[in-house]
Amino acid sequence: MKRSAQQNAFDSAPWTGRVRSYDIIKEGFIAILVVSILVVTFSLVFGSPDDKQLTFKGWAQTNPTNFYDTTVQELAGTSGSAGYGPPYNHASDGLNIGPLWLQKWAGVTHPVDVPNDLVITPLSSTVVPAQVATALATWKAATADQQTAWATAYDTAIAAVEGDYTIVDPGDYGPVPAIAQGLTDVAKSGSLDGLLLAGGNFFSTDNTKQILFFGDGAYLDDAATAANLQGNTWGMMNETGRYPGQAWLWLYSLWYQISPFTNEESAPLGSNADAYIMFVVLGLTGALAFAPIIPGLRSIPRRIPLHRLIWKNYYREENIPRRK
Amino acid sequence: MSSHLKNETEPTMWTAKLRNSWQRNLPIDKLLPDTQPAYVASWIYIFGVLTIAAFGDIIVSGLILSFAGPAWYHTSSVGLFVNSLHFWGVQLFFVFMVVHLWGKFWMAAWRGRRFRTWLTGIAAFLASIGTAFTGYLIQTNFDSQWIAYEAKDGFNAVGIGAFFTPTNIGQIMLIHVALLPLVLGAITVWHVLLVRKNGVVPPIDAAPEGGN
Repeated sequence: MKRSAQQNAFDSAPWTGRVRSYDIIKEGFIAILVVSILVVTFSLVFGSPDDKQLTFKGWAQTNPTNFYDTTVQELAGTSGSAGYGPPYNHASDGLNIGPLWLQKWAGVTHPVDVPNDLVITPLSSTVVPAQVATALATWKAATADQQTAWATAYDTAIAAVEGDYTIVDPGDYGPVPAIAQGLTDVAKSGSLDGLLLAGGNFFSTDNTKQILFFGDGAYLDDAATAANLQGNTWGMMNETGRYPGQAWLWLYSLWYQISPFTNEESAPLGSNADAYIMFVVLGLTGALAFAPIIPGLRSIPRRIPLHRLIWKNYYREENIPRRK
Repeated sequence: MSSHLKNETEPTMWTAKLRNSWQRNLPIDKLLPDTQPAYVASWIYIFGVLTIAAFGDIIVSGLILSFAGPAWYHTSSVGLFVNSLHFWGVQLFFVFMVVHLWGKFWMAAWRGRRFRTWLTGIAAFLASIGTAFTGYLIQTNFDSQWIAYEAKDGFNAVGIGAFFTPTNIGQIMLIHVALLPLVLGAITVWHVLLVRKNGVVPPIDAAPEGGN
């Protein structure tokens, strides 16, 4: 019999050598006791993280200019959400891996009509001053082209003065300034969080619209930067405060620190980083799962003899040398 | 032979097949052993059972959090303590599990027809990552807002976002509480039963020259 077949037969056969006493129930009981003591001790000493959730009220009150500008971008279709693509809209095809357009193929399953769902509908669902109600009526009565022309002109004018909408040049902006100010005031009052979530309904458990709107502005992003949560600074593994985060995501987070994935302008890898990294991690996970049948990989434990440390007593007692 | 007796021994019966297979592969002395091979004598062997113990702690604290609701711990000191138990249970669970995983890698523990045991272990690791990730999404605090915003891009990029929506807290909560713990629990039971069935892998090079 070849040595490898002989070894395999030995490894598979029921053990007939020396044994030692083993109480599996007692082991389990002690393990639960020890781990529970550790968990309670850590909890009592360190507690757990809980940084308060951000709100639209907080955003509009602390940085009303950014909230106002973001509202205009939502109307003009220049925000990140407006141009996102699937699963929210058809504004773009999304990311791809060569000929694989998985994002596009999966389709728009979670439709978000950005101007209406994030601005017009919530503002129309609450009591607003007369000039805002008039502006809303004007907007709704206009054609889509007219709406886009007003919002785009205003968005461009605001961008020209680096976001300070109070000093923007006069122009034909239609009802857009009144609508943006109306939504800013509603957000300041604290009403917008609920309006975006429920959309006029009683029940809702889907925060997609709120998250998309938040992500289009600077408020959430700035808070994440301050908390070291950005993806390009290992933020995926970090936690708020001085607590451990999802350290087990290190292999996934690693690729977001490496060029060309760090450069969004670099095509195709950087500009499609989210898609490529998902596949890279999928491949590495597959390699781990199938390590036992991958030549080279499966031999590493034999070539790097850490097992001599694990079973050192047995090797010594049985006088078993390391075999090449 | 009476029909009653015939039914008890009929080899084509699903029930009889399952019982016979179970008794053949996993008799009670394998399931609840009182001895182990002499080589099972290293600190590395305790990390599997420590992982399961931490999983048990997580389930208990998670059940309490489930009954009280996801926002309870923001306003209650008792709630924050139970949340801390859940948090540290998860952290310890992963420490134990990763040490267990690497230990098994360096033992080449897949040897001797134990590939399925290795695969179920990897499946448990992946299910654990999914369970923890969905847990982070339902913290209902700033961290969960940011994770939802960032994570959606990764899932959307490969089409998964079409049916798995990190920004939909209702969906994520059901997956975290009702689905993934059951999946992880089932994989863990399968993994442990395979370990009991096949036994702990012998040391590398332990086969005597010339055969067993």
